[in-house]
Amino acid sequence: MKNFIQTVLAEAEYQPTRLLQILRAVQTQYQHIPAEAIVYLAEMLNIPKTRIIAVIEFYSFFHLTPQGRYDILISDSITDLMLGKENIINYLSAVLDVKVGQLSKDGLVSLNNTSCTGICDQGPAALINGYPVPRLDREKIDEIATLIFQQMPVTEWPSHLLVVADNIKKSGLLLNNLITSGSSLTASLTRGLPDTLDELEQSGLRGRGGAGFKTATKWRLCAEENSDQHFVVCNADEGEPGTFKDRVLLNSFADQVFEGMTLCAFTIGARQGFLYLRGEYLYLKHKLEFILQQRRANGLLGKNILQQGFDFDIEICLGAGAYICGEESALIESLEGKPGIPRNRPPYPVSQGFLNKPTVVNNVETFFAAAAIAVNGGAWFAQVGTEKSAGSKILSISGDCESPGIYEYAFGTPIRTILNECGAKQVLGVQIGGPSGVFISNQELDRKLAFEDLATGGSFIVFDETRNIFDIVKNFTHFFAHESCGFCTPCRVGTSLLKNRFDKIVEGHGSAGDVVELELLSKLVKNQSHCGLGQTAANPILTTLERYPELYQQQLKKISYEPGFDLDAALDVARRMAHRNDSAAHLIQVED
Amino acid sequence: MSNTINIDGQTIPFQEGQTIIEAATAAGVYIPHLCHKPGYTPHGSCKLCTVNVNGRNCSACTFPAAEGQNIINNSRELTHDRQKITQMLFVEGNHLCPSCEKTGNCQLQAVAYQLNMVDNHFPHFYPHREMDASHPDILLDHNRCIFCNLCVRASAEKDGKNVFAISGRGINKHLIVNSASGKLKDSAIDINDCAAHVCPTGAILIKRTGYQVPIGQRIYDHQSISTVALTQEQEHGE
Ligand SMILES: Cc1cc2nc3c(=O)[nH]c(=O)nc-3n(C[C@H](O)[C@H](O)[C@H](O)COP(=O)(O)O)c2cc1C
Ligand code: SF4
Ligand code: SF4
Ligand code: FES
Repeated sequence: MKNFIQTVLAEAEYQPTRLLQILRAVQTQYQHIPAEAIVYLAEMLNIPKTRIIAVIEFYSFFHLTPQGRYDILISDSITDLMLGKENIINYLSAVLDVKVGQLSKDGLVSLNNTSCTGICDQGPAALINGYPVPRLDREKIDEIATLIFQQMPVTEWPSHLLVVADNIKKSGLLLNNLITSGSSLTASLTRGLPDTLDELEQSGLRGRGGAGFKTATKWRLCAEENSDQHFVVCNADEGEPGTFKDRVLLNSFADQVFEGMTLCAFTIGARQGFLYLRGEYLYLKHKLEFILQQRRANGLLGKNILQQGFDFDIEICLGAGAYICGEESALIESLEGKPGIPRNRPPYPVSQGFLNKPTVVNNVETFFAAAAIAVNGGAWFAQVGTEKSAGSKILSISGDCESPGIYEYAFGTPIRTILNECGAKQVLGVQIGGPSGVFISNQELDRKLAFEDLATGGSFIVFDETRNIFDIVKNFTHFFAHESCGFCTPCRVGTSLLKNRFDKIVEGHGSAGDVVELELLSKLVKNQSHCGLGQTAANPILTTLERYPELYQQQLKKISYEPGFDLDAALDVARRMAHRNDSAAHLIQVED
Repeated sequence: MSNTINIDGQTIPFQEGQTIIEAATAAGVYIPHLCHKPGYTPHGSCKLCTVNVNGRNCSACTFPAAEGQNIINNSRELTHDRQKITQMLFVEGNHLCPSCEKTGNCQLQAVAYQLNMVDNHFPHFYPHREMDASHPDILLDHNRCIFCNLCVRASAEKDGKNVFAISGRGINKHLIVNSASGKLKDSAIDINDCAAHVCPTGAILIKRTGYQVPIGQRIYDHQSISTVALTQEQEHGE
């Protein structure tokens, strides 16, 4: 084991900041992080053993106990559920003879749920040893089972099992005007970097990761920080269930994304950049490395770029299954080899980010757009869209529609138009911006895609009238409780309380007081949480409570109080111990 | 020019680099807190110190004081929210105050008195948490840990030992000990370490000192935490 770890450490240059990459390698080799490895790593990296354990226990993809040589994770996103995920996981469990959440007796397979695989347009999906297997059905499962029993490595499986489609259904301003490699860098250098930043300003480009901060302002603020080092980080964590447009951009247009990062590096004076790639997109890494290599060979990356004396390079860092790492300061912590816990602000990343140096963190699509703006100019971009939302937005559309996939629309487009074009019928509502966004009902389809109205990181999940609101809210509420980092009290405890209270109501044990309590608790979690996760975790409850109060009321019992647990059931153990089951051994809790 | 902020209508001076809670404490204004302690790097996790700064909620323990801040500290809404957050801390762990050695000296309990908390309000989680009684001098009862991180900071920053860390995610957070066995007895902690004395609850206790002061004569049996905290923390600031 020491030899193996030595190799891994050497590759990571003994940098504790690369702890996630090191642990990923160990996990892949041994299907868990053995206790012996922890002790050795602590010693070799000269960090406390507790720091390594804290990282292992924070990320979903790391384990202290062995997983199967085939580690199967099934996406538990609402879209996968709508596509029959329950059926799929039960069938897998039967065929492979392993219970969900467990390891098979021979150690061959482990089967678990995972929050979201980022292929919501091609569900039900699985990750097997980190590789995506979309569109699962019984036939495919039989095929997979055979391969597993033959112990065939996943990398050698027939490609039809592993192919993830781009599904680009509609192109707009950006996807119709792809730039050629290097053109934005030459254009910027010819025009001059300060003028390029002015163009970016005039374009009105706002961050595509959700919050919508002006990109030019962010770059300018970072450039103005006095420091020996600056960093560029591309946020490719894309953990919001229902969002997969960054996956497609990286799969097919990574060169333009890297170009945007390089442009940013020129502007702020950075020599190092990172692509923080969500762990679920491991399969893209090889291809991305190749593109980086090509850019180096073409003089667009590395030393003395375009012979202009600029040095800049990009490293790809993989996440390990934690939605919170999409939050920019949690992402930076993760890049530093720590649990993804959001930092206190101020200071903001533009002044103290990676290693406390000025850092720009932008979404994949933001860099992709910035590169195009550098070539075509600010006015080209600003002519499209609305007053406060310039340009276009790339959307990930999934759920109940004929053609799920990627769509690009100008800002200002009514939701109704988008739904018509993706073939959504008998719409009940749309979840815009993923679980952290808003649920709009079919009465609101004339609302518009724009920061002024419905801002979004890009996820549209369509629900038709056969769907139950409570199934949706339940999935989202459980998601947030599972993904809360646990740092601050209102979110750590609050998201779990919300989940329990919501389940109580949905399971028919709620009374009027429970809905009041649910709403108060939702507001508390929203107002008091430390970061965006907690501040939006109650949105599914709040936005549906507002639109469907009568649905919640119908779930309630007509009594003033309903206890949270079943007293009679709790006495079952006592009855068995006392060998009694007469009527006096039962208790009625509440008179109806 | 003198720098001032305004808290609940009162003008308060501050020095460049001070957080809101530091300026408030120096001026004798109490802002409830559990994870903050003067002399320690601010953590910002318990969220009891939330104040409203120019319309936005901020943690007073981490937010820098700045000219022109209009701060609300005492309002019905904030007191209500702080009470609810405290109740969350109570139901998350297993806090059996009447039988706890720390009772009357416990900051969690004292904050609850201060906020007029009369019940736990939320359903209990009743988590299964262990007790580590392995160390000859120090007891670690995980049932009462609120993840304030003070022992972690004390051990790393004051004692230079890194005995503690907080591990896990979400509601599964737990305190871990840096030793081969994971037990306190095999760690580097010593009875004289800051980390052994910093815990605001009864999670870390010194053995054989319990009940030396009888219940009824303990710190918060007679004084409110606002008075005690201001006195102690102002002294520290001087
Ligand atoms: C819980 C949470 C998750 C987030 N996930 C992502 C993400 O996956 N991708 C992303 O670009 N931004 C995400 N963000 C927003 C980032 O914090 C940040 O605002 C963004 O990356 C900035 O880039 P932009 O200016 O290009 O939008 C997330 C925020 C929160 C609070
Ligand atoms: S709001 Fe939630 S995710 Fe954000 S810091 Fe607090 S516990 Fe962590
Ligand atoms: S043991 Fe005490 S000091 Fe340490 S984190 Fe828990 S409550 Fe805070
Ligand atoms: S005292 Fe400020 S968050 Fe705990």
